[in-house]
This record gives sequence, structure tokens and C-alpha cells, in this order.
Amino acid sequence: MVKKLIKGNIALCEGALAAGLDAYFGYPITPQNEVPAYMSNKMVSLGKVFVQAESELAAANMVLGACATGKRSMTSSSSPGISLKQEAISYMAGMEIPGVIVNVQRGGPGLGNIAGSQADYFQAVKGGGHGDYRLIVFAPNCAQEMYEITYEAFDIAEKYRNPVMILCDGIIGQMMEPVEFNKEQKSSFSKKDWCLDGCKGREPRSVKSLLMKDGALEQHNLDLQKKYETIKNNEAKAELYHIEDAEIIIVSFGISSRISKNAIKQAREKGIKAGLIRPITLWPFPSEIIKKYAKPGIKFLSVELSLGQMIEDVKLAVNGVSSVDFLGRAGGGIVSDKEVLNKITELKK
Amino acid sequence: MNKILSKPEALKDNPLSYCPGCGHGIIHRLIAEAIDELGIRERTIAVAPVGCAVFAYDYFNFDTTEAPHGRPPAVATGIKRTNPDKIVFTYQGDGDLAAIGTAETIHCANRGENITVIFVNNANYGMTGGQMAPTTLIGQVTETTPFGRDPLREGYPVKVSELLANLDGTKYIERVTVFDAPHVIQAKKAIKKAFQNQVEGKGYSFIEVISHCPVDWGKTPLESVKWVEEVFLKTFPLGVIKDTTK
Repeated sequence: MVKKLIKGNIALCEGALAAGLDAYFGYPITPQNEVPAYMSNKMVSLGKVFVQAESELAAANMVLGACATGKRSMTSSSSPGISLKQEAISYMAGMEIPGVIVNVQRGGPGLGNIAGSQADYFQAVKGGGHGDYRLIVFAPNCAQEMYEITYEAFDIAEKYRNPVMILCDGIIGQMMEPVEFNKEQKSSFSKKDWCLDGCKGREPRSVKSLLMKDGALEQHNLDLQKKYETIKNNEAKAELYHIEDAEIIIVSFGISSRISKNAIKQAREKGIKAGLIRPITLWPFPSEIIKKYAKPGIKFLSVELSLGQMIEDVKLAVNGVSSVDFLGRAGGGIVSDKEVLNKITELKK
Repeated sequence: MNKILSKPEALKDNPLSYCPGCGHGIIHRLIAEAIDELGIRERTIAVAPVGCAVFAYDYFNFDTTEAPHGRPPAVATGIKRTNPDKIVFTYQGDGDLAAIGTAETIHCANRGENITVIFVNNANYGMTGGQMAPTTLIGQVTETTPFGRDPLREGYPVKVSELLANLDGTKYIERVTVFDAPHVIQAKKAIKKAFQNQVEGKGYSFIEVISHCPVDWGKTPLESVKWVEEVFLKTFPLGVIKDTTK
């Protein structure tokens, strides 16, 4: 199959289009501007919906509305814009509305800068909005995965009636790589028994998160937790690289997993048995996989473009059986393969 | 004997949770009657606000959803753009529409979304106990303007209808009230026209309903009616503010 050289952000758009996207709602912010620009052309040409919203708040709430009617809809933004989308994300989680939200992360906190970053891990995985809820969070690490994961994201969101976040970074979004468009075109519409499509021949439906009756909200939360348990059991995904004989195991996602792989190759050339567990889903976190490899004497190393966020989940998974070290950079700084190699060498001593 | 008036099919049997003397019940009924008369109940999707009308889905007998505070115009945009065959309306109070949702209100109107907006202006935040709203009158005492609204401290009442009339995207804007029978009849006509416009694809219609809120105003229902007529309507005069649908 022919490959096309495109940016990660464009691969993401193509994945969504192949999945049968009905509506895209966006707002300009670097480094995700390719997405609304590309969608403004494609969606309108295909006779589908594109709206440049007045804010990230509005864009996310437009997704909420479109998805409440069973349509496939997404929005994309970068870190400061994702903070604004948290309101709608919490509502969507409570209302059990599927939808896809993309965060092409940049440096923070605040306005930060426009360099790639992974510092929104906590926000994505631990719940950036209010209430007891979970997002399904994917972390693609190349343009091909931007295409494939986005393609699958809509099905998973609808399967569980839960919002899905694609957490990538400015580097994956901007980098050009060959992508194979290997997915079949899907059409969005499948009849759903919960969505709002007019009450013709049935009782009216209401999609909402306000539950004021005594005990109703607690029961709703318990039901959500049950769903989250199912997702935990079914959807945790990780890539394993040189893991079977590894004495030093790096845990890393997104762009930093690519850098870590380079360092592992170099370490292996020097005779150091290093390997990688790359979470593809950040929630559910692949804790069981990590747990399997946590043994006395094995050293874990969390490599992130933050000052230590995912490491908390790595430590919980390892549960004291192995040591867990950290290497990271902040505010748009990039860890080099040499720095990772030095850290591996240091741990080997 | 013939029965000449029934409860509209578009209203459920549930008792309303609104305070005694409140205007919301009348406005709900007018919407339901308009929807029944236009035969659009089975393709209507309503967006409820955060505020007194948050429970609208317990009363309206058609598909409904809710929006975060101030965001009904954005949620309605998402619904209508992906379902142009459905009839979509938002039902919002003055805090929801004219304070926290100002940006959504203005841009939805400016895009000329083919939806209907029912804006209930009762000059205070009713649900939370009667705080100052953007539409609170000069001198009006509320929970958060205990000395009366002072324009030097709190600014002036926002006239949303007049503001929106300046946007090319809006097609029909009328301000009505429901404190007595003749005005209720006029309000019904305006609301029905606002839905009819949407059915015919004429674009954005906005009905501002001046409503009474006796409990939070600290007045009896009769005093409230008098206050609407003698005070409220002086700042918010009734009538068609814009109509380019003819």
C-alpha cells in the first residue's frame, strides 16, 4: 500500500475522516492549527459539518450536542485550550456522551510556550474536570498511530458511551512521517437506543447529568464505576520492546518513548539489557503488564516530558517490588537519547 | 358538552417545581402549545439551561438535553448542524444567557444558526435565591445588591434583544411578557412565529419573555404583576425589535 508523507496532525484528521466523522468543532491554538485548517476544507467538501467556534468552551459543548444525537464528532486543541474544555468533558462523562477530544500538548503551566510537552498527563488521566469520572486516554507515538488510534477512538467511545481523549504532543503533531491509510471507510450512523433523534414512535428521552432524587446520583456514580472497571479489564494496551531479558525497564509514552527506544538500542550495543514498556493507553493504565515484569533486582525508569507525573502510576503498578527512577524535562525541554543512555548506564552500576 | 381546551401533548403530567406565582409555567405551556400546533413534537430537541428551568426535561414531552451553565447555544449548534431536520430550541434565563453565556449567545446569533431561543428575563438569578442578574434594574434590591443596583458599582441592565438586533445573523427578535391575558396571547403568537421561522428555515429567532418572580422579588404575585407593568417594562419595552423574515 502506498504511503504518504504527512504531519501527525493531518494523519489524525485522516483517521477521523475514515471513521466517518460527522462534525468537527475547533478553535485556533498552536501546535494543533493544522487540524482545524485541514478539517475546514475536508469537512465542507464532503458536505459535513465544520464550525470554527468562538472558544474552546463552545467547541467542546458543540461536540457534546452533536454526540448527544448519536453523531460522530470531535474537537482538538492544545493544553491551555484543553483546560477550557474540561467543563464539557465532565458533563459528557456524567451524561455518558461519546466524543473524541484531542490534546496536542504544549508547554505549561499557564500560556507556557508552543514546544511539545507531556505535562498534561495528570489532567488527562486523573480527571481535569469535576466529579468522579474517567476518560479513556490514548497516547499515539507516531503519525501512523495518530491515524489508526483516531480511527478506533470513535468506536471505543461509542462502545462504552464515554468520552475518549487522544493525548499527543506538539512533536508528534508537527513531525512528518510516512503513513499508510490502511483502514476501510466507515459510516457514522448506527441506530442507538439512547441518543436524541426525536421521539417519533417512542417515549421522549433525556440525556443529562443532573440527578437530584435521593440516592440517584450515588447510584449513577456506582454504575459509572462498574463501566470503568470493565474498560480497565478490556482496554489497557502497551507495546513491549526488548522486554523479556531486560534488567532495566523504561516506561515511556508518546514522543519520549521514541527517544527511549534509541537509547535502548545504544545500551544493547554496549551489552546493557534495557527494554521498554510503552503505554498506548494512559487510562486504563497498563498496570498489570508492568506488574508482570516487576521483580526484585529489576530497575524501572520513567521517562517523561514533565517533571514526574506518570511515574506515580508506574510506582503504584510496581508496588515496591522493583526500584523506580525518573528522567524528565519540563516546559518544552526535550530529553535526548544520550541523556536516557547516561541514565541507563548509571542505573546499571 | 364539548371539551375545547386540553393540556398540550408536548407537556408531561408531572407537577411543576416552580415557586407559586412564577411565570415559567405559563411560558412552558405556550411553547408546548406552539409545538403541538405546528406538529413538530416528534422532531423537537430542547436544550435546558442551568437555572430554574434546569428541570424542563421533567415537563416537556419531547427529547431534551442539558448544557453547562451558559452553553445552550453551543450545544444547540452541535445538535442543529448535525441534524438540520430537527427543531432545536434553547430555554435560558438571564444569568445563563446574558452573563456566563454571553459569548455563546452572541456568536450563535451571529452565525445565524437556524434555531429558536426562548430567553426568560426575570431580572434576577431565581434558582440560587435572587442575586443580581445582568438584567437587574437600576435601584432593584437583590441578594447581592442590598442597597439597590447602582450603575457606578454594578453597571446597567443589559438589553440583550437590542444588542442582538445589531447582528446580521439574527432574523426575528421580539420582547413579550406574560403578566396578563392579552400579553399572554401576544407572547404565544411570538413564540409560535419563532418556531415557524425555524420550520421554514428562516434562521435565528429570539424571544425575550419578561417574566415575574414573586418569591425572589419579595412581592406577592399581584404586586409582582404591578411591578412588571409599572417598572420592569419601562427599562425593557415590549414589541418587535427586529423582523427580516417577511
